[in-house]
Amino acid sequence: MPTARSPLALAALAAALAGCARSRAATTPVPAPAGQPPAGQPAAAGQPASAAAAGTPAGRPSLAGALSTPNADPFPSTYQPVTTRPTVIRNVVLLTATGPAIRNGAILLRDGKIAAVGQTVDAPADALVVDGGGRYVTPGIVDTHSHLGVYPAPGVQALSDGNEATNPVTAHVWAEHSVWPQDPQFPRNLAGGVTTLQVLPGSANLIGGRSAVLKVVPSRTVQGMKFPGARYGLKMACGENPKRVYASRGPSTRMGNVAGYRAAWIQAEGYRRRWDAWLGGNRQADPPTRDLGLETLAEVLRGNIFVHNHCYRADEMAQMVDVAREFGYRIRSFHHGVEAYKIADLMARDSISGSVWSDWGGFKLEALDGVKANLPMLHRAGVRAITHSDDPSGSQRLLQESAKAMAAGRQIGIDVPEHEAIRWVTLNAAWALGLDDRIGSLEVGKNADVVLWSGNPFSVYTRADRVWIDGHLYYDRSDPREQWRTDFELGFVPAPAAGGTR
Amino acid sequence: MRAPLTTLALLGALALPARAQTVAIVGGTVHPVSGPKLENATVLIRDGRIVAVGQNVQVPAGAQRIDAAGKWVTPGFINAATTLGVVEIGGAPETRDVSARGRDAVAAAFTVWDGFNPASVLFAPARNDGVTTVGVVPAGGLIAGQSAMVDLVDGTATDMVRRAPVAMVATMTAPGGQGNVPASRGEVQVRLREILTDVRAYQRNRAAYDRNESRELAVSRADLEALIPVLAGRVPMLVEADRASDIDAALRLSREFGFRLVIVGGAEAWQVADRLKAANVPVLTGAMNNIPASFSTLGARQENVGLLRRAGVAVAIIGNAGGGDEASFNVRNVRFEAGNAVAYGASWDDALRAVTLTPAEVFGVADRVGSLAVGKDANVVVWSGDPFEFATQAEHVFIRGRSVKAPSRQDQLMERYKTLPPSYRQP
Repeated sequence: MPTARSPLALAALAAALAGCARSRAATTPVPAPAGQPPAGQPAAAGQPASAAAAGTPAGRPSLAGALSTPNADPFPSTYQPVTTRPTVIRNVVLLTATGPAIRNGAILLRDGKIAAVGQTVDAPADALVVDGGGRYVTPGIVDTHSHLGVYPAPGVQALSDGNEATNPVTAHVWAEHSVWPQDPQFPRNLAGGVTTLQVLPGSANLIGGRSAVLKVVPSRTVQGMKFPGARYGLKMACGENPKRVYASRGPSTRMGNVAGYRAAWIQAEGYRRRWDAWLGGNRQADPPTRDLGLETLAEVLRGNIFVHNHCYRADEMAQMVDVAREFGYRIRSFHHGVEAYKIADLMARDSISGSVWSDWGGFKLEALDGVKANLPMLHRAGVRAITHSDDPSGSQRLLQESAKAMAAGRQIGIDVPEHEAIRWVTLNAAWALGLDDRIGSLEVGKNADVVLWSGNPFSVYTRADRVWIDGHLYYDRSDPREQWRTDFELGFVPAPAAGGTR
Repeated sequence: MRAPLTTLALLGALALPARAQTVAIVGGTVHPVSGPKLENATVLIRDGRIVAVGQNVQVPAGAQRIDAAGKWVTPGFINAATTLGVVEIGGAPETRDVSARGRDAVAAAFTVWDGFNPASVLFAPARNDGVTTVGVVPAGGLIAGQSAMVDLVDGTATDMVRRAPVAMVATMTAPGGQGNVPASRGEVQVRLREILTDVRAYQRNRAAYDRNESRELAVSRADLEALIPVLAGRVPMLVEADRASDIDAALRLSREFGFRLVIVGGAEAWQVADRLKAANVPVLTGAMNNIPASFSTLGARQENVGLLRRAGVAVAIIGNAGGGDEASFNVRNVRFEAGNAVAYGASWDDALRAVTLTPAEVFGVADRVGSLAVGKDANVVVWSGDPFEFATQAEHVFIRGRSVKAPSRQDQLMERYKTLPPSYRQP
């Protein structure tokens, strides 16, 4: 009766269908098409220099018929911050994510950055002054696990683009190529205070492909949403999903899963060696043949792409840690990790963050041991605990989710104060994406991604009143003109009334 | 077919604990729901029943005394749309007893509580968070079967079932046209009309049917029998409908055949609130669904509950955030749905009623549960604060006068891993 609207269920269904429907399509290396100009894009600002990027000297003129070479950024972000007059939000409680709450504080947003934070700030003469009336201000919320755009609403087959469930290893696919910018779930996320999302491929595959890090802003193109300079992530998945989807062709067991990861990394090692030798040499010989999947994996081995590993069970996470060690890469975050609390010490030792739910569990065997105090137990052990969603509804309410976990922690004697728990959805999540130097806290110099809440953000009665991204007001609950409606919604979805939402 | 149902309902009602225990919950802010809030009041429980509620209640000598000063006291919460006891682990088909194959997507005779598992580990998380009664609702097909109201008390299935059947469950949304199920909304209505018409024909001349002198009827004899109480108005039809036009279609069918209608889902119910009110049709819905997740729910919005209440429609709040386990592992979160309803325009009192007395009334158990009134079953919760707030704990939970808080599987896991057991210290 209560229908499964979850993308989890949809994803599983889609994956199962695709998994059954397809025969053994091998990962085909994508040949460099003749006539393609060499990728001459420099790595985006802030992008760590990578061996791949080093192979693409910037500014080289287009040469018809030349071979393509690995390029760190062939689909560059076109996002530009909107120029806005400075804004001061005063008379607010600031949860900065870096220290104790600042009561009766103020914050200045100028030129897209946080220009001042404190008890008082000097407001420029031309500043727009917002009186917070004692309300709360937090950094913009960051969700490390979203399928917005790749599993859009409405959830119909034609829009179901999150699982390339045709092969257990699809490192060659990039989530951004599935993202539909008109997904009506984006504006709802924004109204929930979410300003940055990692959109991941689904979990049908052992290696599912590249993630995309997006700003939750209206745009005609996914390039216009891409967070400039954000690293890519690589989605990997353990356990039941891959072995269920590929039951008939393999892997059909957990041991098959692990063999599959290792086989892929062995290939990637060789590929990386060949390319690094060519890049580091005089480049007179023909370059090795490009392989999109191995290019991505090689970038993981070089440390330029972060691994985001869907994994529920403690014992499997421990095995993934060993796989990572065997091949010399790092796991940046375990996702879902319903049993992360059982191996918090291992995660802390290897600086692996835990992107987990507050209270999902029990819906399948590997989720059986989900507990509500997972987040506080990780937090206490020194793990970067992250409240993630994997769900378009939960993503809108990540602070509500966090509040449930805080209460569960208190019940077992782990009292995480609000000014620390706010990191679960801001600074820790930003770290998992490698963006903690730009977003995730209210610190001078960081991007002015800021949310003004109607009250204490950990209360069930609280809603985001206003949301700024890079200093520009993108959402105002009191003003329907400041509420983004996607193209899809026009005509299909009733317009929000003043003061209302959807 | 009907006899065993009646028996089961009776057994449920009789299976009260025969424990002569008296409990006095003293000094709390009591929300009886059936009446106004009482500050500094006492709820007295004896032999599983509420024997007194008020500000001047004498606590008998020997009563167990619970100091509720500063606490909030409410009836046990009711989540009317769950799969507790019939789905243990969604991903393990072996533990799913929520659906019947039926014939041509019709399983009216399916009594979901027959497969009820009284040993489910999912009860503890729900009742530790103040949910004391749940609706157990079958799923699948055009007519899914019959639902029950169940108290989450320890015992056998017979002890736990408070009343059954409480509803016949059907859908107005085309199940998709695969196999034998209707392929379109229009066909759903054709089928339902055909079936209900045949129930009438069968009822008029059962004897002829049994002598094999009847024309062929649309569904099996067991299904026809099961639908008689629906047409007689004794059992409501719980119809899953989200799109406003589907709700409208259900209203038309209800008028045409004279059955009592309850809408579940109701994403766009706010658009037809006046018509629902005029027909006195209650709605089971949540407050966290604002995503046009399908073409049937394009108008989903969080103000649904508030708007329906403003129009005077009876609303019972269920989980519909869409996470997938709001009907099982997270049945407990119905209190946060209620809180979100308040955040989006419902009054606090309405939201409390929507998780207590209203679902009890809709499913015919308000004489026993859903309010704190003398003579009712003692399903009572003492909360550390506002029950809709995340920080609030259900400190004491009574079902039929018995204290039911006990560590869940999850509580035991947290206890085990709070400090690693010695044998677990090597990774």
